[in-house]
Amino acid sequence: MKLTSFKRALWVFHVSTGSCNGCDIEIVAALTPRYDVERFGIRLVGTPRHADVLLVTGTVTRPMAERLRRIYEQTPDPKAVVVVGGCGATSGVFYESYNVLGPVDEIVPVDVYVPGCPPRPEAIIDGVVKAVAKLEKLAAGEPV
Amino acid sequence: MRELEKTFQVPIGPVHPALKEPIRFTFQVEGERIVGVDIKPGFAHRGIEFMGTKRNLIQVLYLSERICGICSISHPIALTQAVENAAGIEVPPRAQYIRVIVSELERIHSHLLWAGVAAHELGFDTLLHLTWKVREKVMDILEEITGNRVDYAIPIFGGVRRDITPEQYPQVQDMLRYYRGLFEELAERFLRDASVEARTRDVGVLTPEEAEALSAVGPTARASGLRKDVRQDWPYLVYGDLGIKAITPEDYGTETRGDVYDRVIVRLLEVAQSMDIIERCLEDMPAGEITSIPKVPALLAQLKKAEGEGIGRHEAPRGEVIHYIRLEAGKEEPVVWKVKAPTYSNLMSWVPMFRDQEIADIPIIAASIDPCMCCMDRVHLVRAGRDELVWKEKLLALSREKTKRIQSRVTASGPRVTALSPRSADHGGEA
Repeated sequence: MKLTSFKRALWVFHVSTGSCNGCDIEIVAALTPRYDVERFGIRLVGTPRHADVLLVTGTVTRPMAERLRRIYEQTPDPKAVVVVGGCGATSGVFYESYNVLGPVDEIVPVDVYVPGCPPRPEAIIDGVVKAVAKLEKLAAGEPV
Repeated sequence: MRELEKTFQVPIGPVHPALKEPIRFTFQVEGERIVGVDIKPGFAHRGIEFMGTKRNLIQVLYLSERICGICSISHPIALTQAVENAAGIEVPPRAQYIRVIVSELERIHSHLLWAGVAAHELGFDTLLHLTWKVREKVMDILEEITGNRVDYAIPIFGGVRRDITPEQYPQVQDMLRYYRGLFEELAERFLRDASVEARTRDVGVLTPEEAEALSAVGPTARASGLRKDVRQDWPYLVYGDLGIKAITPEDYGTETRGDVYDRVIVRLLEVAQSMDIIERCLEDMPAGEITSIPKVPALLAQLKKAEGEGIGRHEAPRGEVIHYIRLEAGKEEPVVWKVKAPTYSNLMSWVPMFRDQEIADIPIIAASIDPCMCCMDRVHLVRAGRDELVWKEKLLALSREKTKRIQSRVTASGPRVTALSPRSADHGGEA
């Protein structure tokens, strides 16, 4: 897929479910002038109800699991979930803990995994572009 | 009288509120005025200390780095010192200089990051983008020196994992020149902009007495006039030779008021201070080994034999971080590992800061102690028993409206507005 095939602006909601901030600052770095994804209409929004894509960072802690589920339900269809970083994808270095429930895909369905600790902004952008491909297929009624 | 209660979720850090952990505020407000605040942290608690007591010390080192992605060298530096104290491991001088250089680079990136976030909370997105654009320069240097933009994995028990090569010296010096050239502009935008001054002067005041009583640390304490800095008070590594002085607003030539503006001053001056430290370190750094025990199996064997307890403290960008460790002979894993992160000490200073402030000032005051606010925060208002959800957007809009309101006032009353401010206000208004 080429970026020229963007049909609409993409609004992203960022959820930190117990992240260490490493991925979170790289997401902001992707939005600011060096990488500047805002020029493609990709921007962070303040509520999941406005979002097309959920960017989830971090392994899921016990108190955040229910909130993550609720945020997923509040996001209108069609939606895509992108997990940024190793912790969200596999739980990473956080295992054998009483307060860590595990990777994000045990709580909500995930479409794209962006590995890395933390992933570079380029990798995060690539993950979001893959999510766009899925959303456009969904919008066109094609099988995903 | 109308009584409001609201709950505000701010994502801040892990284990202890080092950084981006979801946190809940409960504000009691009367109209626009805040009369009280309750804070409930703990949403991002991952049980890192518990996990650490089940792993060997080198695994614990990597775990400590992931306590916080922004202070990703501060925790390993404190932990390595604690373990080196407990096990009696020496650190070669060159390794100490490299640790200092990387931690000062981290301070520059962290303070610039904070400055951008603070500008965003005021509604000055132009300034956010400007600071984050210049921040990329230090990220490039961190990547060049350590191999990663975040999570550098530099300290190891007994030294550091990577040397700074002679080819890298000019790149670091080039970065220092770049920031020195920009410093005046950043100071102009943040400290001599009438709108920024109007939104931050006498907002979120923490008196020296309160800072002392609440044990505030780092720039939060220094902005209230306490000359308190681990690098000055209990020098470690090579900081003792560098003659570090804690920075307070008096060093800028203004009297200390302990408000958000003073916290901006302190952080900007500390960026300049860190640049001087890095330059000095590059000059003074002796040649030699970078670790006293280069082989990891030998290191693990020595750590397994070690018995005792140790404390490591480090002045992280947000303040003092302390690691305590207890080792027992014959065990690879620590028996006790305790971490005290700076935001844990600074959290309660929110209570006096929020007192008698306006709702529109919540974002900037919350951000002023640098807890790294993220995008999930929302406010829960209960008005006469009726629930009303207020998301961060609404808060930000309130904050922006206030900037605009104040801006028309300061523009009318004086010529101090710089060329940047009208543009930023437009930008803020559109969003």
